[in-house]
Amino acid sequence: MSPLAAAPAADPTLQDFGKDPWWLIGGKVLVIFVFLVLTVLISMWVERRVIGRMQLRVGPNRHGPFGLLQGLADGVKLALKEDIVPRQVDKVVFVLAPILSAVPAFISFIIIPFGPNVSVFGHQTALQGTDLPVAVLLVLAMSSIGVYGIVLAGWSSMSPYSLLGGLRSSAQVISYEIAMGLSFVAVFLFAGSMSTSDIVAAQHDTWFAVLLFPSFVVYVITMMGESNRIPFDLPEGEGELVGGFHTEYSSLKFAMFFLAEYINLATLSALATTLFLGGWRAPAPISTVWAGANSGWWPVLWFMVKLWLFIFFFIWLRGSLPRVRYDQLMKLGWKILMPFSLGWILLVAAIRAFKNEGYDMQQITIVTVVVAAAILGGTILWEMLRGGEGEEGAAAEAGAAPADPFAGGFPVPPLDAPHYHGRTAGTGARAATIGTRSEEVTRGTH
Amino acid sequence: MDLYVPIIVLGVLAFAFAAGSVAMAAVTGPKRWNRAKLEAYECGIEPTPQPVGGGRFPIKYYLTAMLFIVFDIEIIFLYPWAVAFDRLGIFGLVEMVLFILTVLVAYAYIWRRGGLEWD
Repeated sequence: MSPLAAAPAADPTLQDFGKDPWWLIGGKVLVIFVFLVLTVLISMWVERRVIGRMQLRVGPNRHGPFGLLQGLADGVKLALKEDIVPRQVDKVVFVLAPILSAVPAFISFIIIPFGPNVSVFGHQTALQGTDLPVAVLLVLAMSSIGVYGIVLAGWSSMSPYSLLGGLRSSAQVISYEIAMGLSFVAVFLFAGSMSTSDIVAAQHDTWFAVLLFPSFVVYVITMMGESNRIPFDLPEGEGELVGGFHTEYSSLKFAMFFLAEYINLATLSALATTLFLGGWRAPAPISTVWAGANSGWWPVLWFMVKLWLFIFFFIWLRGSLPRVRYDQLMKLGWKILMPFSLGWILLVAAIRAFKNEGYDMQQITIVTVVVAAAILGGTILWEMLRGGEGEEGAAAEAGAAPADPFAGGFPVPPLDAPHYHGRTAGTGARAATIGTRSEEVTRGTH
Repeated sequence: MDLYVPIIVLGVLAFAFAAGSVAMAAVTGPKRWNRAKLEAYECGIEPTPQPVGGGRFPIKYYLTAMLFIVFDIEIIFLYPWAVAFDRLGIFGLVEMVLFILTVLVAYAYIWRRGGLEWD
């Protein structure tokens, strides 16, 4: 960006935090809370309207102007519904799970920078709830606690759909959290800090989305996986798991899961903006022609624009992509994104280390290209050498009898089909009719 | 320590909101007792009989959780290294390459033994 843009002195850093008076802390917290609730209500409306347009229909347009109050109406409706606690559930955990899901979702947002230092009633403060030396770690920790909410909801419901939904969801979230965590490493490497304000300050010249494009791509993919949305919405696959982990929930407990999901959507988008798209900084053409774009309250506007672009991107994907298969999902996370991220980190670290040591950038580039070509060539050679072996293996596999989930008795499996929940075969016709599903449960096809 | 005050305040506010909403639903919602309503909903048909002590689940999920712990700890080592990278110089790079290679041996072993396969 241009030297005309806001002077670095205006950029808040970690030292500027922890000095707010109590009324400012309370005000910031309240603003963030209200902002999140409003964002959820509006993004629900935006999502339904945009998806509606993409599917050539109108979408909700009854409540308020353009249907803007639809989210509020849904909330009120849910509050007026009966709060059913099914008989078989573990009551304490069942009630605790939605709370455990919603609270961490709120907390993550406190370290997101909305803008630079501004004056609020004569008091200089940064437009950010707070900042920590380990701010991004807080987001990761909170998303991990959010997983407890999901898995406990699935477990305490004592219903196979909920259990499988919760398990799928937690397995998916933790798998993608590894790739997500690895995509942050390159950012920390360049920013030299884990505090969000320092990371934004480090993007004064170039956004990390440009500098570390592969990390950005990995983050955007893992962001989809973390949020449990299409194309990775296996935990809630309506066709197979009804509602997933929240099948047994109703009323405002259900609303809490919904709230948590949409807040997580906003948090992931805001984190992408902060770490890769320069946070509250104005995009290049604006900051070049207008020096004041990066000071005062204007950055809030740029932040909102970037945030909503990401949310729109999420909605766009939902409107255009089908759901992936579960094994493909896990394969992408563990076998592609993870090794790719590790390799990319090593590459970036090596380049930076040699640059710090004073080597010429041209030399580094040449060596990098040679090493990359050698690795690529080696991989291709390796694949060619063991290609025949792989095909043989595949052929042998195809020759073997495929696993028969119905034990040869479609549509009704025989009574001596593999065990179901430890019951012996022959408990009557009932065990036979549910055999199909028990197979899935015991074999782990989910 | 002042840095952490807003986090606690927001946490308390969020907890009050979430717990308050869950508690409020019991007051605002109707209560019409019905035997069938208290059964597990599942997908609307008669619920699956459940064994005592919760459902069983495939061991694969357990394996995934264990793998997650292994690699998440690797990431936890990477973060401070990345933050202090400019001060460590070439030494830090070599150390981390050795560490990542060691973990990659375990990764290759898991891959080869089919720990990452889903059917």
